[in-house]
Amino acid sequence: MIRAAPGLVVALMALPVAAGLAGAVLPAFGYFPALGGADFSLAPWRDLAAWPGLGSAVRLSIVTGLGATVISLAITLLIVAAWQGTRSFRVVTSLLAPLLSLPHAAAAFGLAFLIAPSGWVARALSPWATGWDRPPDLLIVNDQAGLALIAGLVLKEVPFLMLMTLAALGQTDSARRMAVARSLGYGRVMGWAKTVLPAVYRQIRLPVFAVLAYSMSVVDVALILGPTRPNTLAVQVLDWMTAPDLTLRFTASAGAVLQLLLVLGALAVWILAERIVAARGRLWAGRGARGQMLDTPLRTLVALPMAFIGLGVGLGLTGLALWSVAGLWRFPDLLPQSYGLRVWTDQSAQLVGLGRTTALLAGLSALIALVLTIAHLQAGASRLVKVIYIPLLVPQIAFLPGLSALGLWLGLDGTLGAVLAVHLVFVLPYVALSLSDPWQAWDHRAGLAASALGAGPWRVLVAVRLPMILRALCIAFAVGFATSVAQYLPTLLIGAGRVGTLTTEAVALAASGNRRLIGVWAVMQMALPMVVFALALALPALIARRRRGLKVA
Amino acid sequence: MRFQTCAAACALALAMPAFAQTPDTSDWPAVLEEARGQTVYWHAWGGDPRINSFIAQVGAELSERHDVTLEHVRLADTADAVTRVVSERAAGRDDGGAVDVIWINGANFASMKDQDLLFGPFAEDLPNWSLVDTDANPAILIDFTLPVEGYGSPWAMFQMVFEYDSATVPQPPRSLDALRAWIAANPGRFTYPQPPDFLGTSFLKQALYGVLDDPSILLKPTDDVDYDAVTAPLWAFLDEITPNLWRSGRAYPANEPALGQLLADGEVDIGFSFNPGRASAAIADGELQDTVRTMVFDEGTLANSSYLSIPYNAANKAGALVLANLILDPEIQALAQDPAVLGFQTVLGMDRLTPENRARFDALDLGIATLSPDEMGTGLLEPHPSWMTRVAEDWAARYGTAE
Repeated sequence: MIRAAPGLVVALMALPVAAGLAGAVLPAFGYFPALGGADFSLAPWRDLAAWPGLGSAVRLSIVTGLGATVISLAITLLIVAAWQGTRSFRVVTSLLAPLLSLPHAAAAFGLAFLIAPSGWVARALSPWATGWDRPPDLLIVNDQAGLALIAGLVLKEVPFLMLMTLAALGQTDSARRMAVARSLGYGRVMGWAKTVLPAVYRQIRLPVFAVLAYSMSVVDVALILGPTRPNTLAVQVLDWMTAPDLTLRFTASAGAVLQLLLVLGALAVWILAERIVAARGRLWAGRGARGQMLDTPLRTLVALPMAFIGLGVGLGLTGLALWSVAGLWRFPDLLPQSYGLRVWTDQSAQLVGLGRTTALLAGLSALIALVLTIAHLQAGASRLVKVIYIPLLVPQIAFLPGLSALGLWLGLDGTLGAVLAVHLVFVLPYVALSLSDPWQAWDHRAGLAASALGAGPWRVLVAVRLPMILRALCIAFAVGFATSVAQYLPTLLIGAGRVGTLTTEAVALAASGNRRLIGVWAVMQMALPMVVFALALALPALIARRRRGLKVA
Repeated sequence: MRFQTCAAACALALAMPAFAQTPDTSDWPAVLEEARGQTVYWHAWGGDPRINSFIAQVGAELSERHDVTLEHVRLADTADAVTRVVSERAAGRDDGGAVDVIWINGANFASMKDQDLLFGPFAEDLPNWSLVDTDANPAILIDFTLPVEGYGSPWAMFQMVFEYDSATVPQPPRSLDALRAWIAANPGRFTYPQPPDFLGTSFLKQALYGVLDDPSILLKPTDDVDYDAVTAPLWAFLDEITPNLWRSGRAYPANEPALGQLLADGEVDIGFSFNPGRASAAIADGELQDTVRTMVFDEGTLANSSYLSIPYNAANKAGALVLANLILDPEIQALAQDPAVLGFQTVLGMDRLTPENRARFDALDLGIATLSPDEMGTGLLEPHPSWMTRVAEDWAARYGTAE
């Protein structure tokens, strides 16, 4: 069974991935018989080129995607370099990890309400400091440079990269590397950058690629915070995809393929930049500057983005929660004039029903993904298995219409099983991503010792290896759970509207712009994965308490 | 392994049960019988809690009276349901489709009807059709100049009203020209949703009515008229107001609820909506200041209707027909017109109702900000659907990208 695992995983992933890609590429060249496109042509590309916003949209996608990735990565690495091993680091990371479970859309709404001209910041300063008794006419959210969009993405991607870096840290012997560097007189940050970073970066490369691909093609955050004249390319593709004029589907497909090419191009540029940085970095490390003076200023500097993320998320979510119980709340009142639970009681039946479906889907898909990941890792790494990461690098908007066509063709759409299967396509790569590094870095000598004592491969796996990586297993499960909860387009398209989750409901209601409703659903949507995350962090700690000798990774 | 998975799935697909025959709409008792026990999936925009709870009430009634279960599939965009049906046809699913009923009009309706994606004609066979007042409201037989021909059952009428805060705008502008002057005098206090949003593009069409000497050409397809000459005054109007719009026209709200939120936040002083009862309902719920009132232009405002349509491949057509008929029931129509529920205008003719049913409508309190029927002025006909598309495209080229 174990030996068949890689094949099974590839089969499970390859078919949807292939159909998803074919479903984007064929219509982009004019082939979509159901819409009368029986011949191949370049007309969709001509239509795409004729769209006046194309240049700006492409530039926006590249700038916001690369910008969000570079900033998120820099903040993450600086935080870890400057603070790793300290008490406040442990506090901050335990606060940051659950942020991963926060749906992007909820974080974006929270941020928007904070920084908008009618938002909390302006309210706190008005009218006493600003003289505003009406919201000022300032373009902050939806600004044309995409700064708000980048901020919203950074807010979410730093916790993700942070968690991935933490997972990698345990496997790179970072404590001893640092000890050596420090004893040679290197400053904290400089020593970390020269001795730990090269090993850690190698392990978080794929998550970084995923962040880049995601940031370039994100739809929901861009809808809330991104520029509108024009949109980012991904949002524009969605507009075309859902336009009543069905001939725009062809343009949409061409746009989707262009989005895919942009992502691939950006990845290529990124990899090239990696090489240059690595070559320069070797020379730089060889010069041996100790950089002890850097620690204090850098620690102070990095406290700024940390505060921004903490306050942005904390106040943003508090604001959403407050809106969910607010009556009339006019500018510039800092707090609502009245409170009420009307929206909560109105929604309670829905919340319970959809919460149950959501938890079922997320729990099952995370569990299956975990078992499949363990099985294919146990069977030995195979190049073919890289296929499962494709869903992370192909923009969802290019991928999903084709996938839904597959579900229809098999007559499986609209069932819980089909939705579970398509969730798995997106959950599996994240679970594999979380688990494979700790898995590879496991100390094989423990297995050798067990084998020498007569344990078979199964026993080594179940009695030695899995308990030793329990923390990574729990985190991988929680990541999978959160990923499933956040799925919108896959649930909508494959669920055919018959399988609803907290997220499909939340995004449908987000269209209303009704902050009270958004508050209710965002709070629910974030509570569910957060509980699972809390358990995932608490469980290994509880077990490890009784086995002091066992170093749980 | 891969082959086996595929083979199993194909076998499953073949083993799916055959679906019921298309119901004969002229034999209503048979339709009711066939519908019994069905579950109808109504795809409708899910962004408004009032509409959602109205649909839930209809569902309770449907289950009680006809033993049909209603599932409201909450869409972020009606086009999602159209996409769904298109994908089903692409996949060869010509019966047993997932969408049983769509709440539809305008370009979505035109697109589906053009492509033969709709079941029908059925609307005029519904028993409650006799209560629909097509003499007083002939416009409900024509959706955006396209004859409905029984492929959609009208269930509510809408007319654009402007919503203004009487505390900050004591003398609201009651025509397009007055609005133009008001915007110049109050920079940053007016905007419209960004086309191709339905409401935003509707504002452009409303503006076209205001700038044209002979608006009747709007009823012809754009290809049949001198489009550039006709629209020139519209672009002149927009060029004039854009620098004085909210955010100087550098950003626009996404849709009707987003515009409503701007009004509630005090970011703009004048908004607009297609639901004349929206402002009253929002005030009643404490979401809008009670100084907001509504008004219409002297030259009239755009009016249109909403329809229920049934896709050609719907799995539960009988149940869908029963739903379409129930929505035309006087009790349900009065519920929809109640400003505390929806505030939608009924399609029924009062003279066709029993005194008891008429009393249901007479008893309704219109709400603090809602205009009475005789204050609603002229309802302007929706232009041909091609105007919607083309004007939105041109708007995107002129204003939709940063210069």
